[in-house]
Amino acid sequence: MVSKKKLQFKAKLLYNKREKGSFFRLKILAPAIAASCLPGQFVTLRLTDGCQPLLRRPFSIHRISGSGVEILYELVGRGTQILSQKRPGEYLDIIGPLGNGFNYPLSAIRYPLSILVAGGMGVAPLLFLAERLAYSVERRAHSKGRLYAKRYPLNAFVLIGAKNKNQILCEKEFRKFGCTVKIATDDGSKGYKGKVTQLLQHLLSTIDHRLSTIYGCGPRPMLKEISRICQRRNLAAQLSLEEHMACGIGACLGCAVDTKEGYKTVCKDGPVFDADRIIWEAE
Amino acid sequence: MKLSVNIGKLKLKNPVMVASGTFGYAGEFAGFIDINKLGAIVTKTITLKPRPGNPAPRTCETPAGMLNAIGLENPGADAFLKEKLPALNKIGIPVIASIAAETPGELKEIINLLNDAQVNAIELNLSCPNVKSLQSTISGSPLIAQDAQATHNWVRAVRKATRKTIIAKLSPNVADIAEIALAAQRAGADAVSLINTITAMSIDTKTRRPVLANITGGLSGPAVRPVAVRMVWEAYQKIKVPIIGMGGIMDVQSALEFFIAGASAINIGTANFINPRASIEIISGLKQYLKENKIKDINNLIGSLRT
Repeated sequence: MVSKKKLQFKAKLLYNKREKGSFFRLKILAPAIAASCLPGQFVTLRLTDGCQPLLRRPFSIHRISGSGVEILYELVGRGTQILSQKRPGEYLDIIGPLGNGFNYPLSAIRYPLSILVAGGMGVAPLLFLAERLAYSVERRAHSKGRLYAKRYPLNAFVLIGAKNKNQILCEKEFRKFGCTVKIATDDGSKGYKGKVTQLLQHLLSTIDHRLSTIYGCGPRPMLKEISRICQRRNLAAQLSLEEHMACGIGACLGCAVDTKEGYKTVCKDGPVFDADRIIWEAE
Repeated sequence: MKLSVNIGKLKLKNPVMVASGTFGYAGEFAGFIDINKLGAIVTKTITLKPRPGNPAPRTCETPAGMLNAIGLENPGADAFLKEKLPALNKIGIPVIASIAAETPGELKEIINLLNDAQVNAIELNLSCPNVKSLQSTISGSPLIAQDAQATHNWVRAVRKATRKTIIAKLSPNVADIAEIALAAQRAGADAVSLINTITAMSIDTKTRRPVLANITGGLSGPAVRPVAVRMVWEAYQKIKVPIIGMGGIMDVQSALEFFIAGASAINIGTANFINPRASIEIISGLKQYLKENKIKDINNLIGSLRT
C-alpha cells in the first residue's frame, strides 16, 4: 500500500527508553506521519548535524499512538548508540512515511487467516500490522450491518523467533490485539527450540491454511525460507526486506533487490514485496 | 546581486545544480523542494541500452562519506526520452543529460538521439568507476578519464556530433587532473565537472568479505571534499573553460570553498541523500554570503583564492 505524501521536518522526541537488553523504544511527535502512514512503511532519522554517522538511518514504524510515531530499535552500531542517548524534548530531523507497506486490507478480506512471522527485530512493523488487522476485522463486522458488543476475534497467528527468551519482544502486545502467539528460540529458553521457520512449517501442517496470507519480517535467510515454504504450499506471502540504504527515497538506487521484473529498490518499490517476485541468491 | 553564471551556451540563473546519480530524474525530490529554484538538473547517467546495474549491496557508509557501486542502472536512452524527459522539461530549468557509452558507435547514436531532444547540455561521464565494460580500451587505463588521449578522443567525438554544450565529467583517480582537464578543453569541451567519486573499498572484518558486492566502489561525501577542492584549484590554473565543482558539498561553507578555488558552478550530490533540501539551502546561503560581503556578482568570487 502506498501513501504518497513525503514529509521532512524536525520532530520532538517524546520518550526514548530501554525496553530490555539492547532494545529501545522511542516515540516522536509527528502528527502528519501518524495520520497517513501504513504498516510496513518506514521513516528515516538524521542522527547528527555532523558527518559521523553521515547517512540517515531507516526505521520501521512500530506503532502509532495519537500524534506520535513509535520506533523499536536495537543498539547495534554507532548510529543507534547516538540515537539511544537522545533525550525527550530534543528534536530529530525525520522523513516519512516512506516506501510501500503491507497490502493488508485486501488480504484480510480474501484470506481471513493471517500468519505473521517475525525474526528478532522483525516484530517492529508487524505489531503495527497486527493492530491494523484487528481494526480492519472490527470495521468489517460493522459494515455488515451487525454490531458486535465485543471486538470481532482476529484470526491471526504470530510466530516470533529469536536467539533466546531475552530477545523476544512484543509478545504481550500481540496477544492484546487478539493474536495467537507462538515463540521459537535457538536455545530453547522459551517456546519451541529451533528456527521460527520450522515453527511455521509445523503450524501449516496442523491447520487449514488455504485462505491464509503470510507476512514476514526478519533476517534475509528467514525470509528466503518463508518464501520457499510458501511456494511449496502455494501460499501468498508478503515480506519486508532490508538492504543498505543511502537516500531512502528512491534516488540513489543503492538498496537493490533482484526481482522477476529486474532490480527494484527496497526503499521505494518495497520494503514489502510479494515473496514470489523475489529472486533469492544461491546458497 | 547576480548569481547567474554561464557554462558554454548554457545560462544558469544560479550556479547550484544537483549531481548525476544523486537526484534520480527529479521526481523523487518533488515532495521535498521547489525543484525549479535550482540552477539545473544533471540526470542519472543514461546509456543507449537499459542497464540493470550491479548486485547488492551497492552502498555502504564510511567515515564522513559513503561508497557506491550502482553500476549505472538506467532505463536506456529511449525510455529516458519518452518516460523521464517530458516531466523534467516541465520543471522549467535546464536539463543536463549525463551520458556514457561503451563504444564510439553507441556514443554517436545516443548523441544523435539527444540532439533532437529537449536537453540543454550533455555531461559526458568518462569516469564511472563501477562499470568495467565502459572502461577505456584505447590506452589500457581503467577509465577513459584516466588517460589524456582517450579523454581527448571521446570529447572530440561528441564535439563533432553535437552543437550542444558539452561538459566532461572527470575522474579524481589520476596523477595530474589539470592535464586531463586540458585534454578535454582542447577537444572542445565547454566545461569540465570535477570530481567523480574516488575508487575505494571497505571490508567486513567479521566475514573478511568486501562490503560491496562489486568489491570496490566510489567514495563520496565530506571525506572527499579536500581532494575535490585541490583538484578544482589545480585545474583552474591551467584551463580556460568553466569548472563545475563537486565533492562532499554539504552546506554553504563547503560550497564557497569550491567557488573560491575556481569553480563557476557546483553540484550537490551525496548531501541530497542526507538532506533533500540541501541544494535549496545552499542557494539561499550563497545569496546571504554575497550580501554580507558586499559582493555584487558571484563571478567575482570565482577563483578568488588568496595565496
